[in-house]
Amino acid sequence: MNERHRRHLPHRMVLVAAFAVAIVALVLPASGFGHQTKSSACELSVFSWWTGGGEAAGLDKLIKIWNKAHPECPFKNETVAGGAGTNAKAVLQQRLKAGNPPDSFQGHAGAELRDYIKAGQIEPVDFIYKQAGFGKVMPASLINQIKYKGKLYSVPVNIHRANVLWYNPAVLKKAKIKPPSANASYSWPQFIAALEKAKLAGVIPLSMGEQWTAQHLLETVMIGALGPKGWAALWTPNSAGKWASKSVTNALNRYNQLLGYTNPDAASLTWQDAGKLVADGKAAFNIMGDWQDGYFSGSKAGDNLALKPGKGYGWTAVPGTAGVYDWLSDSFTLPKGAPHRAAAVEWLTFLGSKVAQDTFNPVKGSIPARKDANPALYGPYLKWALTQWKADALAGSLTHGVVAPAAWATDFSTALGLYLQTRNVTNFQAALVAAAKKNS
Amino acid sequence: MRKIRRWGPGLLLVSPSIVLVAVFVYGLIGWNVKVSLSDWRQSVETSGFDTGAYGELFPGSAGELDDFAGAVLSGNQSDTLSTDPAWIIDLHHALLFTIAFVAGALLIGASLAFLLDKGVKGEGVFRAIYLFPMAVSFIAAGVVWRWLMNPAPGDRSTGLNLLFDKLGLGFLANQWYLGTNWGAAALAIPAIWALSGYIMALYLAGFRGVPEELREAARMDGASEWRVYRHVVFPHLTPVTLSALIILGHISIKVFDLIVAIGGKQLITQTPAVYMWILIYDARDYAKGAAIATLLLVGIAVLVIPYLVYTVRSERRL
Repeated sequence: MNERHRRHLPHRMVLVAAFAVAIVALVLPASGFGHQTKSSACELSVFSWWTGGGEAAGLDKLIKIWNKAHPECPFKNETVAGGAGTNAKAVLQQRLKAGNPPDSFQGHAGAELRDYIKAGQIEPVDFIYKQAGFGKVMPASLINQIKYKGKLYSVPVNIHRANVLWYNPAVLKKAKIKPPSANASYSWPQFIAALEKAKLAGVIPLSMGEQWTAQHLLETVMIGALGPKGWAALWTPNSAGKWASKSVTNALNRYNQLLGYTNPDAASLTWQDAGKLVADGKAAFNIMGDWQDGYFSGSKAGDNLALKPGKGYGWTAVPGTAGVYDWLSDSFTLPKGAPHRAAAVEWLTFLGSKVAQDTFNPVKGSIPARKDANPALYGPYLKWALTQWKADALAGSLTHGVVAPAAWATDFSTALGLYLQTRNVTNFQAALVAAAKKNS
Repeated sequence: MRKIRRWGPGLLLVSPSIVLVAVFVYGLIGWNVKVSLSDWRQSVETSGFDTGAYGELFPGSAGELDDFAGAVLSGNQSDTLSTDPAWIIDLHHALLFTIAFVAGALLIGASLAFLLDKGVKGEGVFRAIYLFPMAVSFIAAGVVWRWLMNPAPGDRSTGLNLLFDKLGLGFLANQWYLGTNWGAAALAIPAIWALSGYIMALYLAGFRGVPEELREAARMDGASEWRVYRHVVFPHLTPVTLSALIILGHISIKVFDLIVAIGGKQLITQTPAVYMWILIYDARDYAKGAAIATLLLVGIAVLVIPYLVYTVRSERRL
């Protein structure tokens, strides 16, 4: 036994040694030797969640322009798929924590960026605004609303409108409902009367989808009831008292009334499903952001509905919000420690330019943040939106990251989730007051 | 020196995995517990000691315990509790899901195994058919069942509701996972579908493990077929049932992908694991997210550790 053992030993030692070498080879690259070789070849890495539809197509066009103008530093597209960026944001968080930022990343303009700012992960970009003169071409109220402690931290590429009421003209005609005026919309009592008529006609009066779309609906109702100033005041420091006010109670009661006209299976529908109910004539109205226009009018090949604007579907402001633009914006940032900072600054300057914004937005289905867009490039809905953008008062969106930092927005949606199960307005308001106390 | 030669190479061989497990499993569990006991509740990392996160997940005082348990059992919100109301809903969902899932999978799995054990033609085919759903990932199963359990009413109905309607069983059509009281139990249906085949395989092995002589001896003594099972075969299946319970129980506590595929991030379908994800990646409440992760781990440990102790002891007895 012992003899055999000894005879085999050298052989075994070789095996063990080989194994040890293999392990060392496996472990070393992870522990510093191969770490982050800062390649001398420049590559602009840009992180976004634009992986499909108009947004990906728009980004592709921007990439083409960029690569032509900057052959020395080509574009590296680092997208992560997943609805409204939820997966992408998780991946991004891990990268930033690990000290491995991209050269620029996408984020909703406004309070959603505060977490990055507070964690010292992005730099102010006021100097880019100054050099490129963005201050003169973007609305002053927009710039004010995306400032944090007096500084700007991102460059907005586009503007979406959240407070749009979509309707099916054929259904309205059949139910003998007078279509809303394009600029003044309905008054609240007119809207309720229209919903009643739709109910009598046997269609879903107001289609709604899963929980975030319920929050989207609530935000537009609150902006309508409180006005843009009252809405903005809710998101200022120490605002708990304002949340407890009678006007918020009224707004919540309006919302409660509205929910009585929605479909019972809302929580099982995506925003497209809810929009399709209107398109198919099964529902009269839907309240959703203007990406719905892209879904309604886009090509069948892109899984859209290819309806004719104005004929297959109509739109106006959400009742009570005529003259208010409930806006949200995709913007790009300058991370601290960006591997190619100079190229990133160049990229942000490019994104704010008229060329970039007028290239990207007609494809993405949004309007430029700049006021000097060329309307000829845009479809019927976007033309309407462009005129409104120049004239309307601005209110930042809650559901899409403008007015509230992530923690507050999460508490808000938890409170809404509880309310949707119980429909108890008093408890709902108390929960919103508590959320404001904790976060404001 | 000679001794080292004997166990040294073996140790060297397993040491990489010992190191990896120590760092990436136990090290990270330890780090997670540390975060859960910190005041890191925003994007900026802090490491002060704070039990506040757990405070929001447990009843504030012994007196609240009854209220807390009542709220979890009924799923109703209580105005008097200081506990996070969303967490109570999560626990309620987890409880319903677990009961429905464990009971459903055990019953269906055991009955299928019983039927197969009685002898069918083409047993292999049936075994494969029942076992197949386990090969489908929860995410994919969730997408399919989201459609099957579509709660749309009337002429918009699809999936199972439409099927019920066509079969003249319209009264069976229901709101599925949107149901106010039993929604979470409906979420367990896809999980039962996925795992009852596996439970069947476990039980089938159990049935086959009972020596034929024992059955024959019982039959010789004049026992009916049912009594053979009741008094001879079933008692032999306790260890199988126990393993099945552990396997189903820990899946149930952790369930995440299935829920996200069916309900997304909505309170109406939220379970503890989904809430953990929301807290960490949306709210950036790292301490509370880590606290939930710790509680999930403790919950699973409570299930698994007694089982391990039991197995080790009974193996020693053999």
